[in-house]
Amino acid sequence: MTQLATQLGAQPTTAPRYARPAEWPDVDLVDTDVHITPRSIRALFPYLPARWRDYITESGVASLESDLYPPGSPLSALPGSRPADGPPGSDPDLLRTQLLDPWRTRIAITHCIYGVDGIHNPDWAVAMASAVNDWQLAEWLSGEPRLRGSIVVAAQDPQRAAAEIDRVGERPEFVQVLMPVRARAPLGNRAYWPIYEAAERHGLALGVYAGGAGGNPISPVGAPSYYLEEYVLLAQVFQAQLVSLVSEGVLVRFPNLRIVLIEGGFTWLPPLMWRFDKNWKGLRREVPWVDRLPSESIREQVRLTAQPLDEPDDPARLLEVVDRLGSDRMLMFATDYPHHQFDDPARSAPVGLAPEAMARFLGRNALDTYRLGE
Amino acid sequence: MSRPRPPLVDCDIHNELAPGALHPYLPRRWREYDEAYGHRGDGGASYPKGAPRAARTDAWPPSGLPAGGDLDFMREQLLDAYDVRYGILNCLSTANRQRNPEYAAALCRALNEWQVEQWLEKEPRLRAGIVVPYEEPELAVAEIDRAAAHPGFVQVLLLVRTDEPLGKRKYWPIYEAAVRNGLPVGVHFGGGRAHPITGTGWPSFYIEDHTAMAQAFQAQLVSLVVEGVFERLPELKVVLIEGGFGWVPSLMWRLDKHWARLRGEVPHLSRRPSEYVREHIWFTTQPIEEPPEPRHLLTVFDNMGGTDKILFSTDYPHWDFDDPDRAIKAKLDPETRARIFGGNAMALYGLD
Amino acid sequence: MAGHVVGTTDEIGPGQRKIVEIEGRSIGVFNVGGRYYALRNACPHAGARLCDGVLTGLVTSRTPGEYTYLRQGEILRCPWHGWEFDIATGRSWFDPARTRVRAYEATVEPAPPEDAVLTEAGYRPGPYSAERYEVEVRRQYVVVHV
Repeated sequence: MTQLATQLGAQPTTAPRYARPAEWPDVDLVDTDVHITPRSIRALFPYLPARWRDYITESGVASLESDLYPPGSPLSALPGSRPADGPPGSDPDLLRTQLLDPWRTRIAITHCIYGVDGIHNPDWAVAMASAVNDWQLAEWLSGEPRLRGSIVVAAQDPQRAAAEIDRVGERPEFVQVLMPVRARAPLGNRAYWPIYEAAERHGLALGVYAGGAGGNPISPVGAPSYYLEEYVLLAQVFQAQLVSLVSEGVLVRFPNLRIVLIEGGFTWLPPLMWRFDKNWKGLRREVPWVDRLPSESIREQVRLTAQPLDEPDDPARLLEVVDRLGSDRMLMFATDYPHHQFDDPARSAPVGLAPEAMARFLGRNALDTYRLGE
Repeated sequence: MSRPRPPLVDCDIHNELAPGALHPYLPRRWREYDEAYGHRGDGGASYPKGAPRAARTDAWPPSGLPAGGDLDFMREQLLDAYDVRYGILNCLSTANRQRNPEYAAALCRALNEWQVEQWLEKEPRLRAGIVVPYEEPELAVAEIDRAAAHPGFVQVLLLVRTDEPLGKRKYWPIYEAAVRNGLPVGVHFGGGRAHPITGTGWPSFYIEDHTAMAQAFQAQLVSLVVEGVFERLPELKVVLIEGGFGWVPSLMWRLDKHWARLRGEVPHLSRRPSEYVREHIWFTTQPIEEPPEPRHLLTVFDNMGGTDKILFSTDYPHWDFDDPDRAIKAKLDPETRARIFGGNAMALYGLD
Repeated sequence: MAGHVVGTTDEIGPGQRKIVEIEGRSIGVFNVGGRYYALRNACPHAGARLCDGVLTGLVTSRTPGEYTYLRQGEILRCPWHGWEFDIATGRSWFDPARTRVRAYEATVEPAPPEDAVLTEAGYRPGPYSAERYEVEVRRQYVVVHV
């Protein structure tokens, strides 16, 4: 315990320990949003052909770290999560001691959002995606049975992205394919379907993650001035993606594909479902393959990781929102490690969930979604 | 059949221009320009709206004028039919975002004069928003200062899909002019000339366009709050028109949560973001939220902090029109009904 | 229930419609391919005059990108929010089980030789009653049972 307190750094002594709250039920815990990242771009070199190693070095590419988490921002790094020799999330041992062990995590779903989504050179993007996937397998997933990972692809070339999924998709360590929420085009677009076809065929979930550098401004009205705005505005991009995936018929065409919205919040979902259902009743002619209320297919196939909780002061109001989702299968526990989303672990879950709902939330929903059941 | 209604203020009616209607109000130079070049497009947003001019198919007047373009028919079908005490006109011409700045300014001025002569002077129940070339703030300010003299203008009208987030400095002179003239700023559904309609590019279908409008409103609310516009102009009032409001509570909570962690970045904000929303932003009701259980609408109002900023609107003559007698299915107590159906609007726009 | 004469078959030909008032209700009478149907002129969604809506066909699909366009002229789209109703049954397309508009039976009755026969048969004079004494002998009447 003392060691952990030291690792948490300069904390007031009353700060809750970053660990699974003692009062939580003793059920399987699956953490569905854990970020891992290379110590530096050079960490990927063993997995890249020489042509690309030299390209990176000669071009002076220092880092492809997502700029969604400015290193010094209070949100980006939990106290004590920054190892001596790399950014937060780059040290497997620290991940064990700061996250997996104190939370008694059964499984953590990791993802690496290093760079690939912003690369315009399609061949370099493809090479980097393979490198990141190989690096994950070698240095994280095969050495730690509690981890499952996410396949990175170069989405701008769906055929080769599908080939990459075919290359590594049968590895049991991988449970999902990642696409950025800030993509070059709405994710329902038919051009992307080879990716979804491959994911569905391999029993992988489709994870849509906060981030991406596709080139579109984050909002329909351009780029905001402040980081606070940018982070908050991720939610409305998730809304656009969900509407796209449903409207374009991805849920119909790929009925076994589970879609996970990672780190987008969820409190916006009930009113979106109301609006979408209402619009569908009058406008369904243009999307006739959407043959039932959008909210019904969303409940069946879409899942959301819980952070940020975006909770109001009054926990009862959050519980009402959870209730309005209309399904206790949709929300999945997450820490969003190493991001500093909560100070009190007891508040990392909606307060007041009934025991059955809590068990589903803490692990059962994720085990089902990622097909990790016994 | 329906309960007797409290005095009704319809906060979103669209008066539509027939072709050539502005020509009598344009200086010759701009009339000729208009005839030669006309209004130029909306930058890629082509989503046919399921009905001509997005109107109710029964709203086309027998006179041959466009839906919303015939005052007599509007009286018959809306003002008289529903006993509307006051109606607020929001004219959605593409004049306000023409890229030729002087052309835009000339069109807006002509349009406002047309509104005065053909609508405000003829129908005492109507009020209107001042249409301005909002991407050219200097020119917009000149038009606000000119047109505000007429008591029929009760707000400055902007459209939600702007070139930059509305909180940015560029637009501050418009807010200063609005405050100077004692007018709220209305931000209405529509517009767009610079960006794809979502933060991830161009969707394929109209249902996505319609459902995405709320995302533009969310971005604008965030910008106005976080840029500190309300700190700078404590008297500024903003009305978000036809953006829905179901999304407001979750956005208020999300803003507050992340501001708590990141407030060092925005030291110009002295209060929680949600407090600015509570004090400075009004929302019209149409298109009304339709939760599967009507009473859940009341939860939304409660999460917003009450109903004192909720303004009833029909959006006549558009297809997603809300009927005053049918739109709100949730049971409201008489005081709340009176506020939503007219009281809040009377107070905001100074109508009685 | 009583039968109300609403018009002649000539007047409401294939693809045509007529809106009438019967017992305080507005009712739309449609001729779809020679058969007559009558619907309450009030959309169950928000009360719009449904029968003023757009006559159209049904777009269905089994898979994205594929369109099957059927039953043209047999579907009524509400003039306000666009909800689609099957004229023959009054059922909404998106929720046939629970969302529907009241449908009335419409029949075609041959024109009788005189007024008294109609009255004995229980027909009340409808809005058309003034025109019963036209020149053509074999004109057919459309009767709505309310």
